[in-house]
Amino acid sequence: MTPVLDLRGIDKSFGSVQVLHDVDFVAYPGEVTALVGDNGAGKTTLVKCIGGVHDLDRGEFYFDGVPVRPRSPRDANALGIEIVHQDLALCENLDIVENMFLGRERTRGLSLDYSTMEEEATRVLSNLSVRTIGSVRRPVAALSGGQRQTVAIARAVLWDSRLVVLDEPAAALGVAQTQQVLELVRRLADKGLAVVLISHNMNDVFAVSDRIAALYLGRMAAQVRTSDITHREVVELITAGRSGKLGLRA
Amino acid sequence: MSTDTPKEQGAMKSGPVRMADADFAADRRQNDMAGALRDYWAQVRSGDLGAIPAILGIVALVALFTALRPETFLTDRNIANLFTQALPVTILAMGLVFVLLLGEIDLSAGVTSGVCAAVMAKLIVDSGQPWYVAVLGAVVTGIVIGTAIGWLVAVIRIPSFVVTLALFLGLQGITLRLVGEGGTVPVRDDVIVALANKNMPVALGWALAAACAAGYAAVQLWRWRQQHSRGLSVKPLQMVVARVAVVAAALLGGTLLLSQDRAPSPLITLAGIPWGVLLVGVLLIACTFVLGRTPYGRHVYAVGGNAEAARRAGVNVTRIRISVFMIASTLAAIAGIVAASRLNSVTPSSGAGNDLLYAVGAAVIGGTSLFGGRGKARDAVLGGLVIAIIDNGLGLLGTKAYLNFLITGSVLLLAASIDALARRRRSSAGR
Repeated sequence: MTPVLDLRGIDKSFGSVQVLHDVDFVAYPGEVTALVGDNGAGKTTLVKCIGGVHDLDRGEFYFDGVPVRPRSPRDANALGIEIVHQDLALCENLDIVENMFLGRERTRGLSLDYSTMEEEATRVLSNLSVRTIGSVRRPVAALSGGQRQTVAIARAVLWDSRLVVLDEPAAALGVAQTQQVLELVRRLADKGLAVVLISHNMNDVFAVSDRIAALYLGRMAAQVRTSDITHREVVELITAGRSGKLGLRA
Repeated sequence: MSTDTPKEQGAMKSGPVRMADADFAADRRQNDMAGALRDYWAQVRSGDLGAIPAILGIVALVALFTALRPETFLTDRNIANLFTQALPVTILAMGLVFVLLLGEIDLSAGVTSGVCAAVMAKLIVDSGQPWYVAVLGAVVTGIVIGTAIGWLVAVIRIPSFVVTLALFLGLQGITLRLVGEGGTVPVRDDVIVALANKNMPVALGWALAAACAAGYAAVQLWRWRQQHSRGLSVKPLQMVVARVAVVAAALLGGTLLLSQDRAPSPLITLAGIPWGVLLVGVLLIACTFVLGRTPYGRHVYAVGGNAEAARRAGVNVTRIRISVFMIASTLAAIAGIVAASRLNSVTPSSGAGNDLLYAVGAAVIGGTSLFGGRGKARDAVLGGLVIAIIDNGLGLLGTKAYLNFLITGSVLLLAASIDALARRRRSSAGR
């Protein structure tokens, strides 16, 4: 199986501080890859490199097996990479449809084509088994945290994306809403997308991921199948970079 | 950390999906009249007041001034007068709505209208240019001023409050230089003077009003039909019909009022809709379309709601910021032309008085939020009427100048308080 995303030997420095050292990272279609690591391990920097926000210093970037080099968020979007940021980036005063199409509105002549946009938004939401009939015209301000996260994720898959990166999607949610968002994350992968999930919560990681990639101080400690690793081993990889035979050499 | 084994949690991966459905399914509402009214009431209670304060204000003020001055306030002549009085403030406010939608402010819009009017008057009087060249000159002046403000705010990132306060002072100097100290430039061009002082033929007024009402009904019903047939969320048909009826009644009622003969002497007839009202109508339709039905309009609301989100979604935030100041100054230029037409002259203090405060007040009373992200073009018209009624009524009462200042200031504060309280209410109700 060709990975959707294949990063090899990524280096990234900000001034004299090297944040990423020789990082390899792979994401396969139809799988959820959890990206874990302590604060400051380089998760966000890696995601920003994937999303074209930062340019790489060194390393190879393969997308669907083709070498590419996204240098702006637009480049990344054009490839089919969508990033759902932690702070959601929704406009509360606009409704669900308007948020999903923001910046890429459908028009007919000079005028917005509301009907087509609403149809497409409803279709995407129902494809994700989120039923919103009669409510896609509600302002986002009226939605709960879980519903907002759902809208943000649905927006990411509206554009024929191949890779969706979710930055701590359940960080601010309650138990039931977290469950709901994790189910949605799982469904994205089941539809054949490559999903990268950043999370601090080991329960969430084990609940939905197929692979786990652990960063430790800017180095990739290990990337293994979730079924081949235990809870304790992941925690050790995060905190010490090593666990038994896994991880970085001393 | 829990003690669950990964295997147990992994069971969810293929499990059925329940909660995501339930959470959204609860939002489903029936599209009947009672449900729609309930929704609307819930919306109002949560602080989304819309046009209610302005309409209540108009009704209350009309009742108040009719009671205090029964023989003068509600006469046909005074009503027509009131409409022309409202024109410059309304046009100025319509431009400010764009700026306020971004949560910015343009304190120089009033004096911009003065400068543009001075440019127009000088072009007619000193250079002998025809009216259309003079109007073009005024509009271009407005665009240049707006671009400068927009550039300073959006690119240099000076707060709009400071930029426009500086221009508020600076531009008065330019008007003074153009008009000359203590001087007045008379405006006698027929077309310009007709704008605020002449009326369209009664028959044409009726035809236009009927066409507008029919057009509005057609657009609303066609849209409803299309949404209904495609199975999209729609308001109940009764609601759409009621809305069309209210708008049509307002249009035709206003036309009826303005079509009465209001000449002070029985020898002449003076009737019809002032041409300036038509101008406001055209601007209202254009601005409503731009804000409500174009991608540009969506982007203005988006930047006002969450600029960072708009930027990440690919909206050029800098360009949107510059553009709203350009629109505000362009409309200010038109407001200046109408004001010059009404007064038949341009003075060094044109646009420097209460105009700007009145215009901000009009937009806010109409329902545009000072905090950005909320507002419509029609707010300027409703709020402009409220302001004009206060101004006109106080004039009829013959109140002292100091009282006029106090009352107008209080009305602006009251409107801003309603806006701030409604916003607090909205955020606590999660809207």
